[in-house]
Amino acid sequence: MTLATDAPKDVFRLSMLIYDTRYRSYTIQIAVLVLLLLFLGWITDNTIQNLAERGKDISFNFLWQRAGYDIDQQLIPYTNDSTHGRATVIGILNTLVVAIIGCLLATVIGVVAGVLRLSKNWLVARIMTVYVEVFRNIPVVLWIIVASVFLTETQPQPRDFKVTDEMIMAGEEPKASMLFGAIAITGRSTDIPAPVLSRPLPTLEIATVPVSLSFLAFLAVVVVSVMANRRFLTRVTAVQEETGVRPVTWWKSLLILFGPSIALLIAMGLHLEYPELKGFNFKGGISINHAFSALLVALSLYTGAFIAENVRAGIMAISRGQSEAAFALGLRPGRAMKLVILPQALRVIIPPLISQYLNLTKNTSLGIAVGYLDLRGTLGGITMNQTGREMECMVLMMGIYLVISLIVSSIMNAYNNAVKLRER
Amino acid sequence: MKKTMFLGTLAATTVLAGAAFAGTLDDVKARGELLCGANPGLTGFAAPDANGEYQGFDAALCKAIAAAVLGDATKVKFVPLSSEVRFTALASGEVDVLVRNSTATYSRDNDLKLDFPVINYYDGQGFMVKKDLGVSSAKELDGATVCIQTGTTTELNLADFFKHNNITYTPVTVQDDSEAQRNYLAGSCDAFTTDASGLAAVRSSFPDPENHIILPEIISKEPLGPAVRHGDNQWGDVVRWTYNALLIAEEKGITKANLAEVEASSTDPEVRRLLGLEGDMGVMLGLDNAAFKNAILANGNYGEIFEATIGTSTPIGLARGLNALWTQGGLQYAAPFR
Repeated sequence: MTLATDAPKDVFRLSMLIYDTRYRSYTIQIAVLVLLLLFLGWITDNTIQNLAERGKDISFNFLWQRAGYDIDQQLIPYTNDSTHGRATVIGILNTLVVAIIGCLLATVIGVVAGVLRLSKNWLVARIMTVYVEVFRNIPVVLWIIVASVFLTETQPQPRDFKVTDEMIMAGEEPKASMLFGAIAITGRSTDIPAPVLSRPLPTLEIATVPVSLSFLAFLAVVVVSVMANRRFLTRVTAVQEETGVRPVTWWKSLLILFGPSIALLIAMGLHLEYPELKGFNFKGGISINHAFSALLVALSLYTGAFIAENVRAGIMAISRGQSEAAFALGLRPGRAMKLVILPQALRVIIPPLISQYLNLTKNTSLGIAVGYLDLRGTLGGITMNQTGREMECMVLMMGIYLVISLIVSSIMNAYNNAVKLRER
Repeated sequence: MKKTMFLGTLAATTVLAGAAFAGTLDDVKARGELLCGANPGLTGFAAPDANGEYQGFDAALCKAIAAAVLGDATKVKFVPLSSEVRFTALASGEVDVLVRNSTATYSRDNDLKLDFPVINYYDGQGFMVKKDLGVSSAKELDGATVCIQTGTTTELNLADFFKHNNITYTPVTVQDDSEAQRNYLAGSCDAFTTDASGLAAVRSSFPDPENHIILPEIISKEPLGPAVRHGDNQWGDVVRWTYNALLIAEEKGITKANLAEVEASSTDPEVRRLLGLEGDMGVMLGLDNAAFKNAILANGNYGEIFEATIGTSTPIGLARGLNALWTQGGLQYAAPFR
């Protein structure tokens, strides 16, 4: 009885906030948080006050005003009558298209270069070493400019492709001709044939963005084909497990995978529209401007060099015993790499790969060096300059880049969780 | 944390800028140096010479202002600015005055909060093409690729012009004149558009200027002038009257060479006021009474500067045209100095 009453009473005293280790950490954290919030509040207030002193308020109304400038690469329709907000969206899309294609290309380049760098072939391994060292040790903006200068200065002019009657009479060849009669690389752009439909499905307009039903239909057919093929293969495996004989599948698989989509495309009248020299430039087809190509090539090669090193590190991290065991089972080196080494290496490769993807995404803003109108070029460039809303544009731009980066890293983290080693 | 750092720096700069904002004249005097925002390189207007010193029509105005305020035309620090960052640099106090072929417009005056005290060059936007392109009018440029400096009024005029004439074009956006030149010469664009004076200046730096023509259409009004921050009237007045002094000097026939002689012999009261021999004109503005004399001594009067930098005797070869004095049918007209 007496013992229980003798136990120290757990009464909270104010001094415990400092002297009791149980509470001290909370005290410090709250104090720091309050200071941080005060600091942020002070900065915001100070900025607004200073802007106000200069007669500038903070307002995002400019996003709904007419932009008045033109953008040559536009994934959704845009004219100079569109708003600054729409120009921003065009910029975001241009950023995303370089980032996505760039990440894919860099991964392909990186994996190939990383694997080849470990090749037993001395020459191949050395060439890859040179590639990696050259690309990752020179600033990427220089590569972007080099790529751009190379494309704009060494390629022929559109009018070099011109064939006049006099030239035919004289039997002269034009100074330049199209690759395979379909692709024209000029000092301005790369013009490739465009797939067009002669009997397309109607186009819907959702939130002023035209959405092609033909494309959606095609996408749906592809998805259904892939799912059908998967079911077909499960069934085949079941047959194999039952009878021990695997039925011949390749032509049925091909038919299921590609048959329906090809049929649909033929029904809609798919054909190619070739670029043609008309007036000053090539018309028709798809025109890919060199600012885009230069940015894409430079970023992919640069980031590819880093990814190559990640891949090499991942492969080297797998103990020698694994490959020896694979060889002992009679797997050829290629199969051993694909079936044994790479799946294990992936869990080492993916986390640093996320950083590389983020780097590439953020580096797209260097497109400004070659006049590529991405988010930095539209919102953070022309819009900011024409409206004089530096603060608003910068804050908005930072926010958008932050969101894009967070999306990229969350997708990659999800993938990482899917492939990481499951301990049993 | 990164964001906080950025906001911190931003706040720090705005605080500094705010401090520097009120009395630019006092700041310049205290600093002993004029910070002048200039074109990174446009021959004839502002470009570094072989010794790395900025020379040209716009650069001369900066030197005249420095001479008026500090009594020494060499006390200018030229800050090269691209067309895209120039107004931000001025608004944030990075430069005291921006003399960079900048067009005075309504929205720059009222939205960007700038003031254009004077117009030192009346210009209009034109197009330059290679002669062998076989184009003689800008209206024949349907479907052409056009190089354009980003963040300029020309960018908006271009869109308007093509839209108005119902023709199309592909824009190639570049950062500054030198980049535009490279792209134009490499053939990345069929036409290069900017202020007609800029085109003439760019053309003069080509190895083969005779193979390039400037099309006859002038598609806009481009009144170019020095810009200062809105709200600092005293500093705006310094810029305005330094410039006016150069105009009046031309009107009165005062040149760099004969200034000493005029000073000794002139009985014209306006000349005597201008040169600080009579009255307290300079002091009224917070300057020295010899301020405007120094400004004229820096590079000569407006006409002298024009002829020496971009006039018909230079490779750029621009005629006075609209920029002649009002007495000779031009638009350059200074309010009386009294």
